[in-house]
Amino acid sequence: MATIELEKLVKRYGKVEAVKGIDLQIADGEFVVFVGPSGCGKSTTLRMIAGLEEISGGTLKIGSEVVNEREPKQRNIAMVFQNYAIYPHMTVRQNIGFGLYTAKLDKAEKDKRIEAAGKILGLEALLDRRPAALSGGQRQRVAIGRAMVRDPSAFLFDEPLSNLDAQLRAQMRIEIKRLHQRLKTTTVYVTHDQIEAMTMADRIVVMKDGVILQVGTPSELYDAPVDVFTARFIGSPSMNLVRGRRKGSGVEMAPGGDILIGVRPHDLIAHAAVSGRGGFTVTGTVSAVEPLGPETLVHLDVADTPIIATVREKFVPAVGAELTCEAAPGDLYLFDASTERFLGRS
Amino acid sequence: MSEATRLSHGRIRPGLIVTWTVLFIGGLIMISPLAFMFSTSLKTADQIYDLRLIPAAPTLANYISVLADGRFMRWFFNSTLIAVLVTVSNCFFDSLVGYTLAKFEFRGRYFIFIAILSTLMIPTEMLVIPWYLMSSQLGWLDSYWGIMFPGMMTAFGTFLMKQFFETVPNDFIEAARVDGLNEFQIWWKVALPLVTPALSALAIFTFLGNWTAFFWPLIVTTSKELYTLPVGLSSFAVEQSIQWEMIMTGAAIATLPTLLVFLVLQRYIVRGVMLAGLKG
Repeated sequence: MATIELEKLVKRYGKVEAVKGIDLQIADGEFVVFVGPSGCGKSTTLRMIAGLEEISGGTLKIGSEVVNEREPKQRNIAMVFQNYAIYPHMTVRQNIGFGLYTAKLDKAEKDKRIEAAGKILGLEALLDRRPAALSGGQRQRVAIGRAMVRDPSAFLFDEPLSNLDAQLRAQMRIEIKRLHQRLKTTTVYVTHDQIEAMTMADRIVVMKDGVILQVGTPSELYDAPVDVFTARFIGSPSMNLVRGRRKGSGVEMAPGGDILIGVRPHDLIAHAAVSGRGGFTVTGTVSAVEPLGPETLVHLDVADTPIIATVREKFVPAVGAELTCEAAPGDLYLFDASTERFLGRS
Repeated sequence: MSEATRLSHGRIRPGLIVTWTVLFIGGLIMISPLAFMFSTSLKTADQIYDLRLIPAAPTLANYISVLADGRFMRWFFNSTLIAVLVTVSNCFFDSLVGYTLAKFEFRGRYFIFIAILSTLMIPTEMLVIPWYLMSSQLGWLDSYWGIMFPGMMTAFGTFLMKQFFETVPNDFIEAARVDGLNEFQIWWKVALPLVTPALSALAIFTFLGNWTAFFWPLIVTTSKELYTLPVGLSSFAVEQSIQWEMIMTGAAIATLPTLLVFLVLQRYIVRGVMLAGLKG
């Protein structure tokens, strides 16, 4: 296990700067998730940590040693790829054992490690099968097994669940999280899925255009996003944003106002009867409804601004109906309309 | 036969009859030289102008006589040695260069690839004189190396392997790199097994091409001990004042490895032809 430190890390492709001098310290045993839209530089950063991309500037330390010039094999890290990267011409046993190909261990020790990894990952019965005979989830487990047997300083995951269906993805999220709790190995995980980030991370790193926008625990990012981008990226469905202005101790909607009022769909509640005590109230026309079982998401048109609210009662509003929703005081997020920086909660 | 090839009431479609007939005639045309070669090899000298396919008095005397001739066995050995070595060399070097061109970014990569590819446009006849001069200056005339060196690595093989290595996902290569393998180990343990169909096709075509090679071995060799089978058989014809039964026996024995390769590796050959876009 090891700490990972990124100091002013830069990656350039010709004149294009893909990663623009980022700083980050990852503690020993920490599970850090890089999240952001495509092209934000998260995978490039991970590949620089792995040694698969040359570092154009700055310093990368693994376990307090500068590793900028070291080959991937000299960094003692293991990586799990989006497409699993398990070899079709090898059995599961050979694939897992491949992580030990260059390890100076005797055969008995290698076999012991392979069996142990197979047991932890529930692959014992599949060790002599080829990858073609495995499901997507089993293949991903094999890839994780190959990383595990090496007992590396750090695990790197590059969007490992992207190719799985929703149910399997949810299952694998839990399995990877359990594995981390068991092994306590430093883990850097890249995803564009904010749900994965929220559910798995000790800390989340939000990236955009090659820079880190915010680093924090999932609840810190959810409760105090630094700007509009982070606020909308974290949480599903995305935060509603409307123009507004301050009025006394509260706020009100106002086209052309100097602030952006943000409210999460789960905090904007539509009731059959409005209490009138909300910190923020909007009325709009229902354009679509998404019944989810315990609650219903309602899409409203409020003065040409799309808003999503939640109905927690057992009624589903009709499309075209007028509906009033309210958010409790303290559930609003305020942003500067020109800089889009977070101003505080209201 | 699939249901689609029949009419709903079970009668065979007329178009299919025409196809089968054409294929049958084509097959007969293709197989008849082979059949006559084996037939003639079983005939005595006075029977060879009797065109019956099954000889009146078949004999293995020709085979005994050819196999007893030390020169024939020497030529057989030469052809085997040369075809095997050139095939191994092509599989090794073509795939190594193809892999490098497909998976490594370096300055001049595209230029090198085009340069290699452009040699495909030069006919062998044009290359024979430079090859000969080179062999002469380097003392390679009338040697195994002299016969083999022009084919030890080919532009076609490099091109074929490059195209196939490009289909190998980079994740496989990078995963092996992270796992600690060096670049040669990655090529050998990871990339090469993933392009086995292309490698098989290259091996088959190279082996067959070198087994039947005539022009260059004829030019570069003067000692009968270094003749390959095709060259040896042609000289055999001149020496023996065209003893067809002996020539056909030699040709029949020479064909056996080729037939064996075809029978054993038929699946790969068909796939190889499709992969390489060749006519066979």
